[in-house]
Amino acid sequence: MSAGPVVIVGAGPAGLAAALELRRRGVADVLVLERESALGGIPRHAHHQGFGLRDLRRPLSGPSYARRYAQLAAAAGAELRTETMVTGWSPGGPLELTGPRGRERVDPAAVVLATGCRERPRSARLVPGSRPEGVITTGTLQQLVYLKGLAPGTRALVVGAEHVSFSALLTLAHGGARAVGMATELPRHQSLALFRAGAALRFRTPLWTRTAVTAIHGRPRVAEVELTDLDSGAVRSVECDTVVFSADWIPDHELAVMAGLAMDPGTRGPAVDAALRTSAPGVFAAGNLLHGAETADVAALGGRHAGAAAAAFLSGGGAWPDVRIPIGCEAPLRWIAPNVVVQGSGAPARGTFALRSAAFMQRPRVEIAQAGRTLWSGRLRRLVPGRSARLPHAWTATVDPGGGPASVRVSADG
Amino acid sequence: MHEPLDTDVAIVGAGVVGCAIARELTRFDLRVTLLEAGPDVGAGTSKANTALLHTGFDAKPGTLEARLVPRGFQLLSDYARRVGIPVERTGALLVAWTEEQRREFPGIVERSRANGYGAIAELGVDELYRREPELGPGAVGALEVPDEALVCPFTTPLAYATEAVLAGCDLRRSTPVTAVERLETGGFRLATPTGAISARYLVNAAGLHSDELDRMLGHERFTVTPRRGELIVFDKLARPLVEHVVLAVPTKITKGVLIAPTVFGNVMLGPTAEDVERKDDTESSADGLAYLRAEGARIMPALLEHEVTAVYAGLRAATEHVDYQLGIHAPEGYACVAGIRSTGLSASMAIAEHVREQLGVAGLRLEPRTAGPPELRMPNIGERSERPYERGELIEADRDYGRIVCFCERVTRGEIRDALDGPLPAVDLDGLRRRTRAHMGRCQGFFCGAELADLLEARSG
Repeated sequence: MSAGPVVIVGAGPAGLAAALELRRRGVADVLVLERESALGGIPRHAHHQGFGLRDLRRPLSGPSYARRYAQLAAAAGAELRTETMVTGWSPGGPLELTGPRGRERVDPAAVVLATGCRERPRSARLVPGSRPEGVITTGTLQQLVYLKGLAPGTRALVVGAEHVSFSALLTLAHGGARAVGMATELPRHQSLALFRAGAALRFRTPLWTRTAVTAIHGRPRVAEVELTDLDSGAVRSVECDTVVFSADWIPDHELAVMAGLAMDPGTRGPAVDAALRTSAPGVFAAGNLLHGAETADVAALGGRHAGAAAAAFLSGGGAWPDVRIPIGCEAPLRWIAPNVVVQGSGAPARGTFALRSAAFMQRPRVEIAQAGRTLWSGRLRRLVPGRSARLPHAWTATVDPGGGPASVRVSADG
Repeated sequence: MHEPLDTDVAIVGAGVVGCAIARELTRFDLRVTLLEAGPDVGAGTSKANTALLHTGFDAKPGTLEARLVPRGFQLLSDYARRVGIPVERTGALLVAWTEEQRREFPGIVERSRANGYGAIAELGVDELYRREPELGPGAVGALEVPDEALVCPFTTPLAYATEAVLAGCDLRRSTPVTAVERLETGGFRLATPTGAISARYLVNAAGLHSDELDRMLGHERFTVTPRRGELIVFDKLARPLVEHVVLAVPTKITKGVLIAPTVFGNVMLGPTAEDVERKDDTESSADGLAYLRAEGARIMPALLEHEVTAVYAGLRAATEHVDYQLGIHAPEGYACVAGIRSTGLSASMAIAEHVREQLGVAGLRLEPRTAGPPELRMPNIGERSERPYERGELIEADRDYGRIVCFCERVTRGEIRDALDGPLPAVDLDGLRRRTRAHMGRCQGFFCGAELADLLEARSG
């Protein structure tokens, strides 16, 4: 690594929090690159309240939260550059940047990847039918309504029933559209009872569980959506001019793949240890690139953690670990983050691992094992798809560096 | 006294074939009108296909198709180089998965040679797996067709139409022809919702609807039976998996499911082949997608682990006849250019040349334009040549070429502006997509969808 700047890719909550932490720890040259025309990431267009509780210790709306972080990072002396995209990065090489200033190359002293995540679009979910206008994700919906002041449509079906799906109801209402229903393939919604009750009372939005979107029809705009009851097989259609595909997050991992980082098969983001180190020396990762999606404050706390780890690395904090024990997940578990154990890497961000399941489970027993040896086991209150359960980290000290991969599994009984 | 006619030649249908004919005819001193029912050129069958530039090795010898595809391959290869249409010569490997399929090889080689293409050769199994290591297990042999290439299906008709428009062609989009009548004094009158157009010569390049137009003129020769092909486009991260176009051994009904890179750096899997009733049935189906995924899992299992970027379906304008339905009615000046199932993109320039010659025989005066063809350089949207965002000197001169709006496909504000302002401007998101690749990538608009909607709104409002 060179004497160049610490480059942070992405100026969402994780990237900006990492920049702040690096500056707080006295790192002089901190460069934040943002490909959008404004700083702040996803919260810029998430107008609901509740941002900033865990990191800034006060409740803010998304845009206020984004502005606050941008101000803090600028005041701390980080160089913040918008409209600048990392368009090339081969393993071990310089970062190639493209922006209105032209083409540049930067040799970084360290890199923090904070490129975030996005929702899987309709095509990636293989929903057949026509390809009309009006099929969007929550991300696009928010930007249409809050950043551009454009009407999203008049009658919308929301696909998914996570927190973000309920936020889509608010955005639709703000944009003058009616939500005709919410459809989820799961047996119940994955959000808070309060949000569900609010949706039922305030918008009278029905929630259709165990229901799959099996076709979209209409041209040039959506006219109707075919829904299939997964239990009875019954098919019916709903008239609407907008379909919002929500949640089903996937990390924006192109740059990580381009750089040749080892990837975690569960999260599909780079594999990291508790200090948020990737497989490449000097390259850290933070935020929803590692766990799509957590709330903004959780992403920011991860960014802060990565910033501290990068600062320690720059001040000669030991060699880059070469023994990395991966942690796998057995179905119905989907992923765990961090997902690599390195001896002496300390506690992860917030002192816990985040665990995701594809199925609802009440009082499940979770076991972490390596080569048949139980490292930790315990009972969780519950598992809800799309929401993280938190696991302690002390067991990582007992991992055998020569013992092969560890794995997490869950059982309902015993 | 004769009423003066509005135009010398009216071409109905601005798909890749209609656009190629318009381009060909505007090289001569003629008034040419190109009528398109849809909102844009190349927005029907021409936009949803396998995007291959075929050598014609597998055409049925002796047919017009077998003559025009190789000629079109040459013409389009040269034209693409000249005006900047993305082409990549990857070559194709036709893979046999059973001994029975392999027994077809000598026949395929013989047919290829009869079509004048001699570079086809058999590869051993080891060599096949050396070339395509991600191929699924069980292949028993392959034929190599080294000249088969990928071509941009969007830029090609756009280039033809842009050149035609620059040379004075009157292009009318969103102008369906609702009725045709013969004029007593010779020529035709075409009714459209925005008024009638009279023309001395009429070219029917209406693709899926060519049989309807043909019938309006009293003929009863062929029926277009739309054959739907569904395709899955995989994420660009899958591109390193495949080097060549991987073809199947064709049957009587279909050329089979292929896996091919695209000029945009994705990997394509498809098509299905299913006769459908309606000429607008471009919907993908659960069965079709399941079938493609099963075929993909067999041909290249690793491909299925990648994210899907897009799914689409296109219709081939098949008829009950094996060959193209190209006919000229010399005395009345009507050219029917139909039944171009799935080789229209490859053969387009040769078809245009053929139609121009036929119209000449029918009496169309072909005086070369004194002005010469307009200088044309299409914006590059292919991965093989430098894109605007990669060109420092271009960004230096115009900062908007450094402002990336569509991150997945790296499309800049400058390119979007050009597509909205050019001689053949985009009028909707789909048109913008085909001109720039914006919104075509893995996020399908999560990041840029609202920005593009805003830019389009500003333009139309």
